[in-house]
Amino acid sequence: MQIVNTETIPGATVVEVKGLVQGNTVRAKNIGRDIAAGFKNMVGGELKGYTELLTESRREALSRMMAQAEALGANAVVNVRFSTSAITSGASEMMAYGTAVVVQ
Amino acid sequence: MFAASSEAMSTADNVGLIINLVVYVGLPLLVLSIGWLIGRVQEQRHLSSLARREAELSGIEVCDLRSPPGFAGAQGRCELVCGEVVIASDVFKRWLFALKNIVGGESRTFKVLFDRARREALLKMKERALELGCNAVCNVRYDSSDIGGNAGGTQKKSSAMAVVLVSGTAWRREEA
Repeated sequence: MQIVNTETIPGATVVEVKGLVQGNTVRAKNIGRDIAAGFKNMVGGELKGYTELLTESRREALSRMMAQAEALGANAVVNVRFSTSAITSGASEMMAYGTAVVVQ
Repeated sequence: MFAASSEAMSTADNVGLIINLVVYVGLPLLVLSIGWLIGRVQEQRHLSSLARREAELSGIEVCDLRSPPGFAGAQGRCELVCGEVVIASDVFKRWLFALKNIVGGESRTFKVLFDRARREALLKMKERALELGCNAVCNVRYDSSDIGGNAGGTQKKSSAMAVVLVSGTAWRREEA
């Protein structure tokens, strides 16, 4: 499964468009991360725990998107975009969407 | 006897005043100065680390074109790469911003904060592109969100965090 956020894949031609696929996830940060972040919020600096959280949710959203594409019989996803939204304070939704295609 | 008790009262008043001063002026000042000091040190360290890593990774060409020149004939596999980062501001910056909010105008401290977050996220993306053996990234997109702040409007204080996600397609550019 090849995933790109461009419309074309060099050296491959899109032979069939299978449709829009998307994957999303909502992650809540845990208390341990909250305490560390609370301290970091005083002095500033990168919040490693939250960065990890974001990486995990991006992977999860991408893998769900890939699972959908696989179910449609596609072998690549092009034009992938990310969208995030905050649901309540402390939880955020990460969504990845793209077009599932068959390339040769 | 009366004079002595009034003197004792005023000493107690003085002690109370000092305690009040310490609690209501001293502690916030202490927190602010700790935030300012550590925040400043961390910002300087982060900026110099950004400059160093940017120089190291300057070989990777980044653009936000959908298909830059040479992309159509690119050899090898191209792959989605992402970089994400969350950076917190410090109490001093938020205090400065609260002051700035009264008079309006550009908030330089928060501008620098978001600048740092974007550069850091872009660097992480470039590092992942390098791991894949690519030397260029095209179709770069920025996205930002708020995971810990006052998103629902339930918290009265904003924690002002810069959350940046950047994505792009890594590919191998042929050297001209």
